[in-house]
Amino acid sequence: MKAHGIVHKYGDNVDTDVIIPARYLNTADHKELAAHCMEDIDKEFASRVKKGDIIVAGANFGCGSSREHAPISIKESGVSVVIAETFARIFYRNAINIGLAILESKEAAEHIAAGDEVEVDFTTGSIINHTKGEIYCAKPFPPFIQEIIGKGGLLNAIKGGN
Amino acid sequence: MPMTMTQKILAAHAGVETVSPGDLIRVKLDMVLGNDITSPVAINEFEKAGFTEVFDKTRISMVMDHFVPNKDIKAAQQAKQCRCFAGCHGIVNYFDAGDMGIEHALLPEKGLVGPGDVVIGADSHTCTYGALGAFSTGVGSTDMAAGMATGEAWFKVPSAIRFNLTGTLPAGCSGKDVILTIIGKIGVDGALYQSMEFGGEGMHTLSMDDRLCMANMAIEAGAKNGIFEVDEKTLAYCKEHGFANPRVYTADADAEYTEVITINLSEIVPTVACPHLPENTKPAAELSAVKIDQCVIGSCTNGRISDMETAAKIFAGRHVAPGVRCIIIPATQAIYKECAKRGWIEIFIDAGCVVSTPTCGPCLGGYMGILAEDEVAVATTNRNFVGRMGHVTSKVYLSSPETAAVSAIKGYIADPREDTA
Repeated sequence: MKAHGIVHKYGDNVDTDVIIPARYLNTADHKELAAHCMEDIDKEFASRVKKGDIIVAGANFGCGSSREHAPISIKESGVSVVIAETFARIFYRNAINIGLAILESKEAAEHIAAGDEVEVDFTTGSIINHTKGEIYCAKPFPPFIQEIIGKGGLLNAIKGGN
Repeated sequence: MPMTMTQKILAAHAGVETVSPGDLIRVKLDMVLGNDITSPVAINEFEKAGFTEVFDKTRISMVMDHFVPNKDIKAAQQAKQCRCFAGCHGIVNYFDAGDMGIEHALLPEKGLVGPGDVVIGADSHTCTYGALGAFSTGVGSTDMAAGMATGEAWFKVPSAIRFNLTGTLPAGCSGKDVILTIIGKIGVDGALYQSMEFGGEGMHTLSMDDRLCMANMAIEAGAKNGIFEVDEKTLAYCKEHGFANPRVYTADADAEYTEVITINLSEIVPTVACPHLPENTKPAAELSAVKIDQCVIGSCTNGRISDMETAAKIFAGRHVAPGVRCIIIPATQAIYKECAKRGWIEIFIDAGCVVSTPTCGPCLGGYMGILAEDEVAVATTNRNFVGRMGHVTSKVYLSSPETAAVSAIKGYIADPREDTA
């Protein structure tokens, strides 16, 4: 599995309120949520984002509320992977549970700039920055997470499991 | 292998003797919680996966508190979907307008959560119940759906930071000032993936409402859970609220912590978190240049009876400053009723405050107190992110009820210890 796209770059502590403001939580419709993704931190994001694009951010990405609407809105926007130095724990769990690819890499978070063309190989965890000609390594998923993702999300995994 | 409190509760619920940080375990759940925003997503997932039955209709709580009483048609549809699901599956602990309260004030009050429990909730402030000695943590809607279906959840066993509390709180300060001070010290990711375990002699001097407020904000330091040692006050609280089966776990004396931090409660001062992160803390005394447009006293952090009492004592015979809107939201119907009985609602209204039925409304910028462009609020809520309470240029300062009430009267952020009225 691979991802390849153009980077949208953000800083530390991107919270779930700016990813999807609560004023839009009166719906669970994925397309409506995607239309307002990142609205309070980057007004142009929803109109600019293209399928396969990549979000790169600093530490503690997705902090704050437990709203699964946040990773849903990012995934529905077409984003192929979020790379951050670290993720807030509920966002980390939610992303895995709904099948949004995420990777932790301090090196990538520091070196990648907005607009860079980046390729990610999920099987090796390598992140290739074609614009800068650099390669970074991300922490691979632990096996149990690979299992959840392999089965297409948490509910499919428990359905198929026991 | 010595264990922390959290590790002991998790081991017991996983059916194993011991666990170590980093272990992946599957645990049995005592309670699964959702609200009117997160439950619809969980219900969709539950049904899409083909589940037809919940694991235990007495161990699921659904609380319509965020946008209820319904703020608009879409919110009404979401609440209706929850109501239908709860009716169809016979969910015993379903709370709608009329008997609902803000979930994290309501569940402890109803005796639905208590010492030794493992609780997951599709709301990040589910960590509140750690005040009662439970392992309790926020999750997303898919985890809620899986929990409703199987009664189980997977966890990575966390390491812990130990907070040794000493001394006693000075006048004008409460649990909110303590937790804001701690978040200011360790940062919004200072306890990322970890437990925050609170103990020490100073802990026993804190009221249950103070502990609930502090555990509530563990998530604002990135923690998986916050947990307090169980003492006589905890057990008395359980008895009063009808929680029948407290299971008391104590950390081993030689349990390992990634860090041990001592907090002397006697040194706490009224503390405010400035925009736009809960870690941007300053003493209230240094913020008198900040004029406010709105004050909110309520939320799952500070909408409990002692918070209302604090506000009532300050507002008695006084009035909010001209140009300031003050919104007071008792967190549950029982608290609301008690405020009426004790004459506090009259005090609030005479002081020029709005008093509302329970709702999370303004805290998350839902409704009932949205801020306009560039407006400033002081609030007893838990988050001050960009746009949290309204317009993207509005600002929220987080404080205790003492600081918020005095600030509403002054019209600017004020140190409650300097309130001379």
